[in-house]
Amino acid sequence: MTAVLPSPPAVRDRPAPPSAARIALRRVGLELKLFFRERQQVVFSFAYPVIMLVIFAAVLGGDERPGDVPFTHYFLAGIAATGIMLTSFQAIGTSIATERENGQLERLQLLGTPPVAYFAGKAGQVLVTTAAQLALLLPLAHYAYDVPMPPDVQHWLTFAWVAVLGALAGTVLGVAVSALRGSAASVTTGISAFAIVLQFFSGVFFGFTELPSWMQQTAALFPLKWLTQGMRSAFLPEEAAAFEVAGSWEHGRTALVLAAWVIIGAVVCVRTFRWRRADG
Amino acid sequence: MTTTQAAPRPGATATQRETAVRVRGLVKRYGNRAVVDGLDLDVFRGEVFALLGPNGAGKTTTIEILEGVRKPDGGEVRVLGVDPARGGRAWRARLGVVSQGEGAPQELSVREVLDHFAGYHVTSRPTEELIAAVGLEEKAGTRIARLSGGQRRRLEVALGVQGRPELVFLDEPTTGMDPVARRQFWELIRGLRADGATVLLTTHYLDEAAELADRVGVIADGRLVEVAPPDQLGADLRRLARVRWTEDGAVREVRTESPAAVLRDLLSGPGDVPGLTVTRPSLEDVYLSLVGAPSTVPTAPEGDLR
Repeated sequence: MTAVLPSPPAVRDRPAPPSAARIALRRVGLELKLFFRERQQVVFSFAYPVIMLVIFAAVLGGDERPGDVPFTHYFLAGIAATGIMLTSFQAIGTSIATERENGQLERLQLLGTPPVAYFAGKAGQVLVTTAAQLALLLPLAHYAYDVPMPPDVQHWLTFAWVAVLGALAGTVLGVAVSALRGSAASVTTGISAFAIVLQFFSGVFFGFTELPSWMQQTAALFPLKWLTQGMRSAFLPEEAAAFEVAGSWEHGRTALVLAAWVIIGAVVCVRTFRWRRADG
Repeated sequence: MTTTQAAPRPGATATQRETAVRVRGLVKRYGNRAVVDGLDLDVFRGEVFALLGPNGAGKTTTIEILEGVRKPDGGEVRVLGVDPARGGRAWRARLGVVSQGEGAPQELSVREVLDHFAGYHVTSRPTEELIAAVGLEEKAGTRIARLSGGQRRRLEVALGVQGRPELVFLDEPTTGMDPVARRQFWELIRGLRADGATVLLTTHYLDEAAELADRVGVIADGRLVEVAPPDQLGADLRRLARVRWTEDGAVREVRTESPAAVLRDLLSGPGDVPGLTVTRPSLEDVYLSLVGAPSTVPTAPEGDLR
């Protein structure tokens, strides 16, 4: 016969539910497990920057970018920034839209999951996958294309804070954009299209100063341009700073813009986040 | 396995008028159409209450308002003494929900899903115990993507009762389950009630309502049209028996509250009475009549004896 569940429910006077922090930790583990089990996403997130580096190095490898910087050196900064955008903004935006559509978020809502624990799970996943992706991309660029790595601790620190701030900005913006109306498929398409255009505008493929000024000004509104510029400041020699739009690396402004995006994005998330698709 | 026993709860006979769910004048509109239209409902602590009604009658909308995931347009709602629209985490922790959705990640196995969500509760039922209770032992290591519809429903049921809830909402829990799984599910619900939990379920299976529920509420057009224990549902309708027999090659029928008198009269004549039957409306007849669907149930005595 059937096993009947023993042990009655504790009637009232229950202890408080587990803290948001404990659930967040659980969610980081879950998100990572799910990420690595979905082959498509792993291939796309990890292979895209690598393939782009290989293709563009093969075609434009002999070119130079402003300030006599070899193309591959310039491009590594851009494609590393793009990779961060992929593993944060794009991965998060599309996965939340999908989870909302197939009812996974509804389950979390009914369990009373604190939204902040859910966001933290996503952010944890982003930080780990971004680190893994960069750990694949940087050695390839260094050993196959002779791209110099940041020369000292200070430059590595710059690399680290730019990467972390960029990944966090991408995460909150991904959460925010997942609230757009429409099916998960249409949200995914919209996010991908936006990401591709933004790459061209932000100086990933072309020298930023070679772009028309309206493109530069548009790009300056979004985090990717600053992320790319911050990456250049970590990988390129000091002299290259003279060929930036402002004639310097603008670290202060980069930090300010990225941090502003994190804060604005977080506020938008808290205000617009929904566990379910539009209420009837 | 835990062996703690709950303090004895008042049985069905004692004073257990304490309500787990109390609804007065509930209204919910989509556009101009009122899906729930002045619904009153009391579910007492410790009982199994079945909301029975056709598709579109407002069952799911009502349940979702009780769960606090949908906002009502009018009326008063209390679930475990709390307005669901303001229920916090502590309130949610006392509820278990089996909705019509499927909220488990496809790439996890049954056991992984249960182990993961165990961490969302203070005290969870052990995973192996839950797997056994819903009969998924053979599928414990199988990923959700490869489960059948009925097996996924069973997992949802397991997730719904994982946190040892005081009050369980189940929205058409057995849809897609085979007869064996359905019976197993009934057993599980009986176990929950024996433990003192309150259960509110929606269904459109009459046998399920009759089998499980202490009381059945029939919902039609957004209102409760009758509330009664399953065997007393539609008492007025059930009093009418139908006597049928064949006479001169034609079927004759009489609907009456006193079939014995009709029979005495029939049998007093000479010879046999071919094709003689006496029937009372089935639960299904009563239900169809209550929700206003065409049925064969008699609504008033009619026909005279010869």
